[in-house]
Amino acid sequence: MANLLEIKDLSVSAEEKEILKGVSLTLSENETHVLMGPNGAGKSTLGSTIMGSPEYTVTKGKILFDGEDITELSADKRAKKGIFLSFQNPIEIPGITLSQFLRNAHEQVTGKHTKLWDFKKQLKAAMEVLDMDTSYAERDLNAGFSGGEKKKAEILQLLILKPKLAILDETDSGLDVDAVRTVSKGIDEYKRTTGGLLLVITHNTKILDALKVDKTHILADGAIAAEGGAELVGQVISEGFEKYTKKD
Amino acid sequence: MKEKTVVSDIDRSLYDFRYEEDESEYFDSGLSKEIISAISDEKNDTEWMREFRLKALDIYSKTKMVEWGPSIEGLDVDNIVTYIRQRSRMNTDWSEVPDDIKDTFERLGIPQAERESLAGVGAQYDSELVYHNVRKEVAESGVVYTDLESAMHDEKYADMIREHFMKLVPPTDHKFAALHGAVWSGGSFVYVPKGVKLEIPLQSYFRLNAKGAGQFEHTLIILEEDSYLHFIEGCSAPKYYEAGLHAGCVELFVGKNATLRYSTIENWSKNMYNLNTKRAVVDEGGKIEWVSGSFGSHVSYLYPMSILNGKGASAEFTGITFAGEGQNLDTGAKIVHNAPDTSSYINTKSISKSGGISTFRSAVTVNSNAEGSKSAVNCESLMLDRISRSDTVPVMDIKTDKADIGHEAKIGRISDEAVFYLMSRGLDEESAKAMIVRGFADNVSKELPLEYAVEMNNLIGLEMKGSIG
Repeated sequence: MANLLEIKDLSVSAEEKEILKGVSLTLSENETHVLMGPNGAGKSTLGSTIMGSPEYTVTKGKILFDGEDITELSADKRAKKGIFLSFQNPIEIPGITLSQFLRNAHEQVTGKHTKLWDFKKQLKAAMEVLDMDTSYAERDLNAGFSGGEKKKAEILQLLILKPKLAILDETDSGLDVDAVRTVSKGIDEYKRTTGGLLLVITHNTKILDALKVDKTHILADGAIAAEGGAELVGQVISEGFEKYTKKD
Repeated sequence: MKEKTVVSDIDRSLYDFRYEEDESEYFDSGLSKEIISAISDEKNDTEWMREFRLKALDIYSKTKMVEWGPSIEGLDVDNIVTYIRQRSRMNTDWSEVPDDIKDTFERLGIPQAERESLAGVGAQYDSELVYHNVRKEVAESGVVYTDLESAMHDEKYADMIREHFMKLVPPTDHKFAALHGAVWSGGSFVYVPKGVKLEIPLQSYFRLNAKGAGQFEHTLIILEEDSYLHFIEGCSAPKYYEAGLHAGCVELFVGKNATLRYSTIENWSKNMYNLNTKRAVVDEGGKIEWVSGSFGSHVSYLYPMSILNGKGASAEFTGITFAGEGQNLDTGAKIVHNAPDTSSYINTKSISKSGGISTFRSAVTVNSNAEGSKSAVNCESLMLDRISRSDTVPVMDIKTDKADIGHEAKIGRISDEAVFYLMSRGLDEESAKAMIVRGFADNVSKELPLEYAVEMNNLIGLEMKGSIG
């Protein structure tokens, strides 16, 4: 399987503080990876840096996507290459409806103009997968949405934009069992229809139940502390992260 | 890796064309009794109007310059040409308007707008109306829409105008009201008889073409009982090196159970001083709806005032102000609750970028006789960078316990997180910012007449255009 995402010796800081310290990861097409680690380990930083957040500065190393160095690219250009980040805290944008926004984003990412009618059909089908009432399409993007609704809206975007790489940053956090099930259904649909590469950042296993995990990475204190297969997830759940963190 | 957008100046190419004004006659710049009398002669003013102008000039010279708001030091009133006589008289036939003037308005979409969606159109070029027309069926319903000068000489309206002219905004109000009283020229007179509801709007368009000139149009609108009118005014001017002055005056009389919607899009060039005074008085059960978009001018002082004089009268003010580089726009609204059960709602958005300053001021007064009144003020500001400024100055003076008053103000900067969120979905930085600004302005742009809403959208897009590097 060809390597899709390669992270080479990546160090990242925010406001002068070093968060990631020489992280290296290799992810291949069609795989499902899990990134776990204690709070503050730098998991979200890694996700955001892959997406190109201007909040973080790469001080060392590089990110290759599809063999191309994207370390210096802006977020929109990365999105166009097929990278997607489901935000831990999706942003509310008042005055722009979800459907307006998504159609615009779809046009940008695909570089194609889709007829309104066809787009609405696609949107409706994706909303059905996620048990979303179609009225959400005409509501302002994330504005006044509950935590669960925001996460569903993120997965809806994933289904419409069909990226090659989807990074899910704690998509399951704060969701009840039913919502996790619905969101998982959406992720499964994405996997099934596109065969995309998944990088799942999570604290628990609920969201992983429906997924076939290929590889697990443990991030602690800004560095990869352990790597393994699906079995590592269970191990972490029962034993915690203690053995990976520095003893003071 | 951080990318910053450098936002360029607004593309004003649509407005920045101009014509040489060599054939028009300038009056001397500056103010004197002789000049005022010459304007009266030129306009064939009635005796009371001659006296009114001279008295206003006297008040002007005795009134102190405004000192509480943005600086108007760059304005040299003595060098503003107060009156420019057009070489053509007002026309009701578009084909008789001189070609260059006609071309100006055609570029601005008038009278195309008239053909498409308006009941009547007035176009003022510098000091004088050059064109005025009302659809036949509208005129037949008894609606009067003409320039103020003609109406003043028509015996049917002469008394009505004398009774109302500068009664709401007296020359003693402030220095520029006095100036207006002395040199006013052009503008519109609208009269809507009892029970007449005009379904399509009337529109006036003001264009200041001559350089270093002032525009002092007067708009007087009288709505009788149970009537309805939507009046739209648009303003623009090309850019000259010398500063221009707009000191217009709008007086609106809304009768019992009548509703007046007054929409304005102001896009003066960025060296204009826009010192405009607008006021409405509303009778029992009547309603005034202001929709106001301020995009142009160097300095603006603009606070349309609604005086709710009759029981159950109401006022709604919806406004948007966009201050870019070199602009200091001081806008807002005033409401006076002067009868029981009156209500008011103020909803404004202001945007500032590239060092622009936008200040929102509101003054809501609830008099002791206004029991059972309600007022809600909601203002939001968005700053697009760290060098721009936004202030809100809400003032409330409530003289009764039996009133329901609410106020909400939000000031914020465009959030880097929101920009990143949209960019992560494929929008470039410019489009992401434009989308956020459009969303911010959305509930105001919805209130604008369609063609203006489209124009505003384009304007925001143009404002956000810039190079990324």
